[in-house]
Amino acid sequence: MEFPEDLKFTEEHEWVLVEHGMATVGITDFAQDALGDVVFVELPEVGTVLETGKSFGVVESVKAVSDVYAPVSGEVIEINEELPDTPELVNTSPYEDGWMLKIKLADNAELDDLMDADAYQAFVEEEG
Amino acid sequence: MTTLGTSGLILNEKLMFEHSDPGRKGYSLPALDVPEVAMPAELVRAEVTGFPELSEVDVVRHFTRLSTWNYGVDSGFYPLGSCTMKYNPKINESVARLPGLAGIHPATPEHLSQGALKLMYELQTSLAEISGFPAITLQPAAGAHGELAGMLMVRAWHEAQGNPRSKVLIPDTAHGTNPASATLCGYQVVPVTSDGVLSAQTVAAHMDDEVAALMVTNPNTLGLFESEIRAICDIVHAKGGLVYCDGANLNALMGIARPGDMGIDVMHFNLHKTFATPHGGGGPGSGPVGVTEALVPFLPVPVVTSSASGYRLQYDRPQSIGRMRSFFGNFGVMVRAYAYIRTMGAAGLKHASEMAVLNANYVRAKLEGTFHLPYQNRSLHEVVFSDRDLDGDCHTLDLAKRLIDYGYHPPTIYFPLVVKGAIMIEPTETESQETLDEFCEAMLAIAGEARDNPELLHAAPVRTRIRRLDETAAARKPRLKWEG
Amino acid sequence: MRYIPHTEEDIHQMLDAIGVDAVDDLFSGIPADVRLQRPMNLAPALAEGDLLREFKQLSRQNATGDSHLSFLGGGAYNHFIPAVVDQLISRSEFYTAYTPYQPEISQGTLQAIFEYQTLVCQLTGMDVANASMYDGASACAEAVLMTARATRRKKVLISAALHPEYRETVETYCRYLDFELVTIPFAADGRTDLSAMEKALGKDVAAMVTGYPNFFGVVEDLAAQAIQVHGCGARLVAAVAEPIALGLLKSPGELGADIVAGEGQSFGIPVAFGGPYLGFFAARQQDLRSMPGRLVGETVDLEGRRGFVLTLSTREQHIRREKATSNICSNEGLCALMATVYLSLMGKAGIREVAEQNLSKTDYARRAIAALDGYTIPFAGPVFNEFVVESAEPAPAVLARLEQQNILGGIPLGRYFEGMANRFLVCVTEQNSKAEIDALVAALAGGGQ
Repeated sequence: MEFPEDLKFTEEHEWVLVEHGMATVGITDFAQDALGDVVFVELPEVGTVLETGKSFGVVESVKAVSDVYAPVSGEVIEINEELPDTPELVNTSPYEDGWMLKIKLADNAELDDLMDADAYQAFVEEEG
Repeated sequence: MTTLGTSGLILNEKLMFEHSDPGRKGYSLPALDVPEVAMPAELVRAEVTGFPELSEVDVVRHFTRLSTWNYGVDSGFYPLGSCTMKYNPKINESVARLPGLAGIHPATPEHLSQGALKLMYELQTSLAEISGFPAITLQPAAGAHGELAGMLMVRAWHEAQGNPRSKVLIPDTAHGTNPASATLCGYQVVPVTSDGVLSAQTVAAHMDDEVAALMVTNPNTLGLFESEIRAICDIVHAKGGLVYCDGANLNALMGIARPGDMGIDVMHFNLHKTFATPHGGGGPGSGPVGVTEALVPFLPVPVVTSSASGYRLQYDRPQSIGRMRSFFGNFGVMVRAYAYIRTMGAAGLKHASEMAVLNANYVRAKLEGTFHLPYQNRSLHEVVFSDRDLDGDCHTLDLAKRLIDYGYHPPTIYFPLVVKGAIMIEPTETESQETLDEFCEAMLAIAGEARDNPELLHAAPVRTRIRRLDETAAARKPRLKWEG
Repeated sequence: MRYIPHTEEDIHQMLDAIGVDAVDDLFSGIPADVRLQRPMNLAPALAEGDLLREFKQLSRQNATGDSHLSFLGGGAYNHFIPAVVDQLISRSEFYTAYTPYQPEISQGTLQAIFEYQTLVCQLTGMDVANASMYDGASACAEAVLMTARATRRKKVLISAALHPEYRETVETYCRYLDFELVTIPFAADGRTDLSAMEKALGKDVAAMVTGYPNFFGVVEDLAAQAIQVHGCGARLVAAVAEPIALGLLKSPGELGADIVAGEGQSFGIPVAFGGPYLGFFAARQQDLRSMPGRLVGETVDLEGRRGFVLTLSTREQHIRREKATSNICSNEGLCALMATVYLSLMGKAGIREVAEQNLSKTDYARRAIAALDGYTIPFAGPVFNEFVVESAEPAPAVLARLEQQNILGGIPLGRYFEGMANRFLVCVTEQNSKAEIDALVAALAGGGQ
């Protein structure tokens, strides 16, 4: 199980990569493993304004559905166009090719509420 | 041990479209005896592109071969929990095909459909006596449809009291249809945690003036009787709420106890479970609903009534929730259920429930030393084990697939959700001790294989025409029709 | 009891194995105060022969197409059912199985449903079809709910010429979900009034629902409706109560419908006093994830062989619970099988020929009745196999006179529509010979005693 050091994490198992005021978001290695083979990903349209903690899409396996929650608020400026046709990227490369969307950060202070890799790893071990 | 499952000659069969040969016909129509006319050309399509062209023989072989790839109750033991896969009596099939029952059009005037209306009225009366509810509607087409009708009546009753309320309590052991039906009535679902059996205390803690109803299943999906049901109903009623009962498991209670006597306000039946009508590969079912007097004004229209001048369909009911579907319900299923009730009689139905409960407890006694039994309470018509004690990294799914090789339809698996790796066995009363002994032997043999040779489970089934299917691929790139 | 195999000896052995003394002990979990303390009061049990006699008695009290000349339609149709249909669906591997939860031993059901989905798509001109629903009316209600999910709007326009029971079912389903249902009147020719529809359309409209053919048997101008409906981002729902018409008419898909919901009873399913029937449901690829009901998809097994499974189940109630696309948890499997067998027998040529026979016979009857004194045909729009007749006196009186001659002449419309006390709906199918139609016409004219 991977917990990349450069990422921030939520208790709902999303990860965030912050670069130049922009947050890239996906679901964690732990989340994809728990879900099993991902068969479908539903993402919002570009331009949608997300609110922290609110569901922005769903990830489905054959027999389960999981909401995905916005780790930070802001406007969606790009979505991963590959995912509708190749949802398996979420399994094979959760932290890179399986990214879901890019958000223009509305409030940098929200990042302080997220966990770092060590804290998230501890959280997962406690939960599991 | 001689296992039931074996391999025989099974024939492959293409899709019907792949057999098609231009110019072949499988039908006959009388010669047209009136002048031929044509529709205005702009309204008319070219041919129905892709439709098959087959002879009658092609069609008969095609579907006969397909049928051999199926497993039905007539093939063998089908202990699918919560589905009550009992034997479907053949005389019921015969009477449902009588010309005056299969051939009567629903728009036939009442005085020319007295036989059909009488049958419906008598079935209503019988279901009322079996369940303890004063009134029954036969209109809903299935259990989930009955649930929707019942919850719409709950909402209509609350509206008539002046406040629809906003929430419905649903225990964690419920069928998934319960929350979906409540949502369709505009209610917010509040899940309630039970510990196998719902406690009155838990319900009291959740009850307030916003709760429109509690939806329970009794016996519940663990096969346990909700022993505090009376106190639970009192608590809900005291706060102005109603109690809905999912009657899926009525097969445990006929002649023993009646939901209408427990304080329950609304309940749906599943004629295709309790009353022996065939499941048809997924339907048609029939989901009549029983209600207390207070809910009678809200029943769907039309209502079948009896008067000195005969049986009538009553439409003028201003407080009715309206119509759930076209016409009067799945009449053909009602005919079969009524034939079953008339064949069994009161003593026969009670005996059926007793033997259903005896069979479930017998299976439990034979298997509980080997399989983990998460709830120790006395079982009624079904018993739920888990895969916790299965060795060799084998799970419920592997056990189910291996049972197929042994010649059995697997139990319901991974439901109820409160049991991890659930194995839900409902034998029904129509299975003999001999069948149950053989099934339990197979279950124990598989538990042994899991310990000694788990690969047998992981690879199963191997005796079927095809093996485990790639459901992930099916969902990622859906192919939902033949495209040549 | 012949369905219950237990002997006294079996029961004793089983009780011993369980470790209780009596069957009654197994019910100790049920408190005494909710136990039934008396035998149920039901009619005495009947032996098989007596049961058959009693049901034959009930059967004889009903009028059918055998005892009467029948011109009843209105959402249930008297079409010929080839013997093959009942023979094949009576294979108990089909009818005593349940939902194909275990695909390895349910391939018969699964492949048949896959074929059914294909046939429905071909007939309706749509991209995807589900494994079936309860009936045409409930399928139509589910279609309305689906358009609200797909458009996030809640105003729905409904043609006044839609089957009234479909309309009532839609009202029931939408009762507590904050929908606004708006009725669009029909014009003098019996078709939906396009200008009234145009006025009611707007950016807040989720769908327009139209019968095709409509309740009066009239063929609607779906293409014109589709252009207007799509212009404001709404969906067009075509409700097909008589799908034999699709053997001849342009498919709703070709004309621009977004959802086709209908009744499949005409395809080899007995009229049976209103059920069980077959709701068929088809949609566009773009709305696939919003669809209600089961879907069967093609895949491969471990060894690469073609097989079929239930798929996209995450839309359904057992997984998504209160967020599911519908609460439906079954389909009308055996009725879908009847339709699949029927359509495979009829095939490309048969579905066309039977539709053409319905058209020609209906036209013959309509012309003959139009020529009678005292009767008119109020709607001039093109019809398929049903048409409305207006008489000089109340329709029930006319129909009662026909009954005296063993003719079920039609459905009185006064119950459904204000101002139609003198009108009734006549249906003519391939089952009605020219002689039967002539007898109907003669009886209407007052002769034929």
